[in-house]
Amino acid sequence: MFANILDLPFDAILTQTLSAFFGVNAMYFAIAAIGLNVQFGYAGLLNFGQAGFMACGAYAVGMTTHYFDISFWWGIPIAVTYAVVFGLIMGIPTLRLRADYLAIVTIALAEVIRLVVRSVTFKKYFNGSDGINGFADTFRRVTPFDDAKRYKLYPFDTSNGTGATVLLLVVFGVIAVLAGRVLLGRFGRERSNRGVMWAVFAGASFLVVLVISSYVEYGGQSFKAIIVGWILAAVFGAFVFMLMRSPWGRVLKGIREDEEAVRSLGKSVYSYKMQALIIGGVIATFSGMMLSLDRGSVQPDNYSRDVTFYVLTALVLGGAAKVSGSIVGPMLFWGILSFTDVFLNSLFKEWGNQIGIFGWKFVSNSSQVGMIVQGMIGLMLVLLMVFRPQGLFGNRKEMALDGR
Amino acid sequence: MDDESMDAETAGEVMTTKLSETARVARAALVDVAPEPGVSKPDPIMTAVAVRRSFGGITAVDVDRVEIQRGSITALIGPNGAGKTTFFNLMTGFDTPDTGTWAFNGQSLEKVAAHKTAGMGMVRTFQLTKSLTKMSVIENMKLGATGQTGEKWWNGLLPFRWTAQEKAIEARADELLARFKLDHMRDEYAGTLSGGQRKLLEMSRALMTNPQLVMLDEPMAGVNPALKQSLNQHIKGLRDEGMTVLFVEHDMDMVHDISDWVIVMAEGRIIAEGTPDQISSNPAVIDAYLGSHQGKSLLEDL
Repeated sequence: MFANILDLPFDAILTQTLSAFFGVNAMYFAIAAIGLNVQFGYAGLLNFGQAGFMACGAYAVGMTTHYFDISFWWGIPIAVTYAVVFGLIMGIPTLRLRADYLAIVTIALAEVIRLVVRSVTFKKYFNGSDGINGFADTFRRVTPFDDAKRYKLYPFDTSNGTGATVLLLVVFGVIAVLAGRVLLGRFGRERSNRGVMWAVFAGASFLVVLVISSYVEYGGQSFKAIIVGWILAAVFGAFVFMLMRSPWGRVLKGIREDEEAVRSLGKSVYSYKMQALIIGGVIATFSGMMLSLDRGSVQPDNYSRDVTFYVLTALVLGGAAKVSGSIVGPMLFWGILSFTDVFLNSLFKEWGNQIGIFGWKFVSNSSQVGMIVQGMIGLMLVLLMVFRPQGLFGNRKEMALDGR
Repeated sequence: MDDESMDAETAGEVMTTKLSETARVARAALVDVAPEPGVSKPDPIMTAVAVRRSFGGITAVDVDRVEIQRGSITALIGPNGAGKTTFFNLMTGFDTPDTGTWAFNGQSLEKVAAHKTAGMGMVRTFQLTKSLTKMSVIENMKLGATGQTGEKWWNGLLPFRWTAQEKAIEARADELLARFKLDHMRDEYAGTLSGGQRKLLEMSRALMTNPQLVMLDEPMAGVNPALKQSLNQHIKGLRDEGMTVLFVEHDMDMVHDISDWVIVMAEGRIIAEGTPDQISSNPAVIDAYLGSHQGKSLLEDL
């Protein structure tokens, strides 16, 4: 029974898992998590309505091309406007209240958005629960990728031209340098030869990225959203990183710790919370925009509560109040989810349409695999909270200060 | 009883001999002020008139008139539940009175939000110390500075617009940390500080706002005797630098030692005012605050 585990199609499993690491799901989760990190990680605002902000972006793009019949580019300012207005509606009544009230109101408002756009009353504007469909063309026209082609991320793959090879190597280089910096911060804080350490870490990261890339490939259709989305994620990540190193970020962290103290020092806590809510929301709106552009459609039920909580989960997994955590968390979340799914499904097939040990069958039906996957995710989170509550990139020392 | 008042007098004399210049000025200005509740001061920095605040049926603060003399150290004392902290909250905008007017430097604070008072030169600390635990001590300090360009988010993205200011702020923060003997903890998380160190941090962070009036809510609570001595010196140092100090305290020795003027509250009202010596012999105060059995052993009643 255990012998044929080795017969599993590991190449396919690896490809699918690693592709999920950088796939569309991880991408739009990462953008949403970067936004949520501003609100929850830095300012301590318990925003449970991130899906609402995402819906703002998705519907802005959908309505622009489909109903307003204006250029796709108008969708961006419209989405930002929606998000700002939504943030104001959310923030004005609640930001003076305690954190738990904000959580209740945000989750309710996000649901209000979803229920309004899927309602029969407004069907002529939003097309009810079917959503707005068939605007994939607009995004196809503004990106240079071919839907029929398969794209490989390995720089030296024969299907890649010289330009693509150079571009990929540069991007990998930047990722490796950043990863080296993160590793240096973690393992090389006290060392004297930090420059050398950084180079070693960056070099090792580069090799790892290169090996990973040789397994990763996407169909042209999702590839364009993936590329544009990750560029956006990098831009927003840098944006948040800059902000959090500035005195503005310091005020935000102060508010997270104790808003009365910050108020006594002459900062308008209310205004800073509003800024954080809106900045995080505007970032998240791009997440919804990217998802809808990838699918060429927008359905209200893609923006329900569970999206908010999955994004929150992914953020906590990576480590709140860290930009690296908000980007890597979603990657891991989808990577692990995808691995469990593919692995169990292959196992299911390999073992003759069942999974069981010692004669005890606990999966005898392929639809049960999905449930097991969900269960594994839950278990993983429980273990994470027990053994590493600060998340992967979070600061253990900071965590230890809680409740003192 | 006689012996004790004798002791207090001699102690007072000893202290007067080593009074600093500013202390002498502050006390001289208050010499002609009658020791009665709500009396007018020659140069008030803060004035509150007919300020009332009730929570449900309980009137927490009911102050007809109180003035705080500029450049002095004023103590606000009173039994637990007298409304001292509520009074602090009302003056600094953390709570709003039901009725009344109150002003700082002659400017009414009626419509002024809590966060604006710091910019006007009025800063407070809290009874339960509020150190920002997950931030380093130096970050705590730098947060205190007012008018930072980089605290606008669009400027935050442009480091060249705030790095020079940031350096100046950091230098000032380091200076204050050295003065309060916290410089060795500079880069530690504020959450790792002891209770007394947190009190020091909170006070020095408040000073980062360049205040004219510092309002300290029980600065000595939970602080060991040795640290109390240096805190005393620090508070006196604030007056030497031209600041006005208003503080809530229960430690009568400390009140006697450092304050130029004492205001006594009980059940929301101001029941007495005067110099420390006048207050410690005031029967109304002894009755309300020290208790009519003061000086007797706790066991005597049995």
